[in-house]
Amino acid sequence: MSYQGKKNIPKITSERLLIKGGRIVNDDQSFFADIYMEDGVIKQIGDNLIVPGGVKTIEADGKMVIPGGIDIHTHLQMPFRGMNTVDDFSQGTKAALAGGTTMIVDHVIPEPGSSLLEAFERWREWADEKVCCDYSLHVDITHWSDGIKQEVLSLIKEKGVNSFQVYMAYKDLYQMSNSELYEIFTFLGEHGGIAQVHAENGEIIAEEQNRMLEMGITGPEGHVLSRPEELEAEAVFRAVTIASQTNCPLYVTRVMSKSAADIISQARKKGNVVFGEPITASLGTDGTHYWSKNWAKAASFVTSPPLSPDPTTPDYLSTLLASGDLSVVGSAHCTFSVAQKAIGKDDFTQIPEGVNGAEERMSIIWDKAVVTGKMDENMFVAVTSTNAAKILNLYPRKGRIAVGSDSDLVIWDTDAVRTITAKTHHSAAEYNVFEGMELRGAPMLVVCQGKVVLEDGKLNATAGTGRFIPCSPYPDFAYKRVKARKQLAVLKAVPRGMYDGPVSEFSPMSRGGTPSASTRTSPSKTPARNLHQSGFTLSGPEEAPIRPAGRRIVVPPGGRSNITSLS
Amino acid sequence: MSGYQGKKNIPRITSDRLLIKGAKIVNDDQSFHADIYMEDGVIKQIGENLIVPGGVKTIDAHGRMLIPGGIDVHTRFQMPDRGMTAADDFYQGTRAALAGGTTMIIDHVVPEPGVSLIAAFNQWREWADHKSCCDYSLHVDITEWHKGMQEELEALVKDHGVNSFLVYLAYKDIFQLNDSQMYEVFSVIRDLGAIAQVHAENGDIIAEEQKRILGLGITGPEGHVLSRPEEVEAEAVNRAVTVANQTNCPLYITKVMSKSAADVIAQARKKGTVVYGEPISASLGTDGTHYWSKNWAKAAAYITSPPLSPDPTTPDYLNSLLACGDLQVTGSAHCTFSTSQRAVGKDNFTLIPEGTNGTEERMSIIWDKCVVTGKMDENQFVAVTSTNAAKIFNLYPRKGRIAVGSDADLVLWDPDTTKIISAKSHHLAVEYNIFEGVEVRGAPLVVISQGKIVLEDANLHTTEGSGRYISRKPFPDYVYKRIKARSRLAELRGVPRGLYDGPVCEVTVTPKVMTPVTSSKTSPVKHTPQPVRNLHQSGFSLSGAQIDDNIPRRTTQRIVAPPGGRANITSLG
Repeated sequence: MSYQGKKNIPKITSERLLIKGGRIVNDDQSFFADIYMEDGVIKQIGDNLIVPGGVKTIEADGKMVIPGGIDIHTHLQMPFRGMNTVDDFSQGTKAALAGGTTMIVDHVIPEPGSSLLEAFERWREWADEKVCCDYSLHVDITHWSDGIKQEVLSLIKEKGVNSFQVYMAYKDLYQMSNSELYEIFTFLGEHGGIAQVHAENGEIIAEEQNRMLEMGITGPEGHVLSRPEELEAEAVFRAVTIASQTNCPLYVTRVMSKSAADIISQARKKGNVVFGEPITASLGTDGTHYWSKNWAKAASFVTSPPLSPDPTTPDYLSTLLASGDLSVVGSAHCTFSVAQKAIGKDDFTQIPEGVNGAEERMSIIWDKAVVTGKMDENMFVAVTSTNAAKILNLYPRKGRIAVGSDSDLVIWDTDAVRTITAKTHHSAAEYNVFEGMELRGAPMLVVCQGKVVLEDGKLNATAGTGRFIPCSPYPDFAYKRVKARKQLAVLKAVPRGMYDGPVSEFSPMSRGGTPSASTRTSPSKTPARNLHQSGFTLSGPEEAPIRPAGRRIVVPPGGRSNITSLS
Repeated sequence: MSGYQGKKNIPRITSDRLLIKGAKIVNDDQSFHADIYMEDGVIKQIGENLIVPGGVKTIDAHGRMLIPGGIDVHTRFQMPDRGMTAADDFYQGTRAALAGGTTMIIDHVVPEPGVSLIAAFNQWREWADHKSCCDYSLHVDITEWHKGMQEELEALVKDHGVNSFLVYLAYKDIFQLNDSQMYEVFSVIRDLGAIAQVHAENGDIIAEEQKRILGLGITGPEGHVLSRPEEVEAEAVNRAVTVANQTNCPLYITKVMSKSAADVIAQARKKGTVVYGEPISASLGTDGTHYWSKNWAKAAAYITSPPLSPDPTTPDYLNSLLACGDLQVTGSAHCTFSTSQRAVGKDNFTLIPEGTNGTEERMSIIWDKCVVTGKMDENQFVAVTSTNAAKIFNLYPRKGRIAVGSDADLVLWDPDTTKIISAKSHHLAVEYNIFEGVEVRGAPLVVISQGKIVLEDANLHTTEGSGRYISRKPFPDYVYKRIKARSRLAELRGVPRGLYDGPVCEVTVTPKVMTPVTSSKTSPVKHTPQPVRNLHQSGFSLSGAQIDDNIPRRTTQRIVAPPGGRANITSLG
């Protein structure tokens, strides 16, 4: 740290910053260079930069400089049955910054029946007032109708939202039917959105919950017993099928179990455009704590899908993250106090769900995946920041250290060791699901919007300084492939003469596949079929040669035959 | 070939005693040379130099293979559909089956929604008793689900000899059950000791796709397969497997038509699920490229659900899985409609009556595709055409095995015969045969049903109404040994904790979390506290009340006390 004499200038107003001698780590390469930034944007990268005099300079001493983390999944200040999660946008983003995360993406959860736009504006209002770092918003679709469709469209076109989550669980509340999923995915696929799913089979969970309660199991262990990981895997499988059918990019939030992760890996191998998001908790701890005799501790782990009781799960998920089968890491940070969790003290189905993880996210991944040699520092940047930016269509503004990118940077100290505990964390919750865990790797200095917000272990964040970052539709990362498939997926009928033979009498009561559909008709106009993985051949508009082996619809050899002849 | 030619004046049909000399008897476990003597429809002796009454009709097998008669586990003879009836009735259908070497069929009772299962069952019994030429049994399809049906299932299992029920995951708004209903049905079926069969296709997605395809102006038979891609089949299989695991209920997937569906079954079996897969003659013998035929009537003849896969490598793949045991039994799903019946859907593929032929061709197709190609041996052939079916549906060893005391349903199999399948020569009432022009090796030379020769010298000698209804008991060992073991062990217990005595937040009245309320149709299960969870594949430990209950095992899901005994319930940390 040179220029110690300038310390009388308040750091927070410093608009110009030079980081000298850092090793810049992007997702593709690492190199040594200095970085000069001004007005929250990186202006120069290189050696021997010409910078204005008197600029605040930070000496990185060869340490890693990485793009600030993007926590793609938070639930800050989430309203829940008349209360709110204990970490609001201020507290939550402070915790995020303390962990090296400089942008969050929160979920807007409209009450079923209410307007998505209104809910979106409410979240904007809450966040604008309090956030300490940049943020974006996902909007959850909690019910579906033609009106909602219009709202989704204006959110995409005017409000800067490109990702929408649907729930396959929470029966009779948020849960969508298969037909609704099909319609929503079709709609999002047409308008450049990303379909996120909370994947669990809510029907079976409801049955299992009844069974558990009837057996007299009311504690937090009932939560995980009623939500076995197969139900998560089943729902992921179903979502993949529907997304493939509708040619819509799919994003599975909260991958919590090996079997769900396996389904995602398989689907990617078959060519599906699907992204999997493990969370801090599933990478860092497991579900054995549900059996804790301390009710409050057990309850603090309650989240859905639940943490897997299989203790080898975190290691497995870290490996898939390293191999690229899972793409991004969120925290799903959604914290409740013990008193709030205690609403469900006599009935586990009433326990508010959610765990902490925004602050611990980066360190957990470093400790579990980089220190162990599963991934290198570049992959670390990819899964903590770059991939999220690409999926959200914010790249290269976010997720990369490059001239013109936002100056959200972290100097990462690979040698730091700290022990996670509720006594020192920045969250307002009394419990930390990673309590007692010793982690290697921590941010030494965090720069957010060109300002130093963490230095010497001190947080200097200002509530309300974060900006809303609009996300535009059709992110290349997902849609290049989707568009190519769409162009090729032209289905055509076989040209035949009219059938002119006898026709049996039949009663109108229909059996067999009915064309009668739900009252909500499909919004789909363009054909959307995942060609990549099926046996489809890709036919353009022109007549094509015979290929009985593929699914192409063609004229049979020999030309048109008598339509009723027996062959 | 038969000796005692002089006895031919005795009508064969009344001959109650029969001796087969010099046969190579092929069961699913071994082959050996021996003579067989049967009387009154039952095998009485097997061995050499048998002592038999004089004047008995004798067939000299000349060392040819004698196999247990085939069991076609899936037929839909005489099936009603919107006022029409499938073209092959129980007479025509069982004749065709016998002509192909199948001596028993299991047909599906399809009650119209709203009609009592028992009434429908009796209706089918009546039809079959009058016309069936071979022994038969019945599966009952559950086409709707509500309270009260549980008693019907119970009556069918206990009084009518039914141990298998089919549910549909397709045919939205007609037969389709939702996931909760499936869960409830499976729970009931498991308690009764029956087998849950599933028609696996996602009906919701199909309904959407059908609209889309019709909207694109595609109305011909190709629309059928385009609206039912194989992923939709695989998805439903996966879901059924999940629910079956959850309820600890044995699962049987009817009509495995695609590679991906078969793969899901294979994977599930590797994870320990009790699941069986049934490919059919059509999926083993032909493919879905014909849906694009310019001849509408021909294309329509291939309509069945799930559809034949347009991937022409599918039959070979399914045959391989059948050979390695990942798929276990074969049916025909024989359900034929004439061209004029199919033409009901000439302007709209969704109205075309569904079903293909295959009961006559089933055995020969498997022999040709699997045994001739070296994928399986003759014993495995017997297993997949007969023995496994008998075991799953609790007919073994009465059916599915050549042994003393077993029914005299036998086939003298000629591996050298070659024939070309054609609608001109088949025993069916329909104009098209989906295997038209296929040359198959292997055919029955002599077929014996209930101890009587029904096929000899290529002539059929069947008697209408001679088939008996074979009732099937619940809890087949082959299936339920594992299920029972898992039920016993799957006991879940809560963690003993003190009462939480800390502060509790106020909550507004609206219940917002996942509600434990069920559908209006509440579970008809008497909620036997008998726990049902597939322990085989999950990390669950299997706990009875055991001595070591207090020893913590962090790595399993056993519910135990934490080390250090009871903690202060509200303490942090």
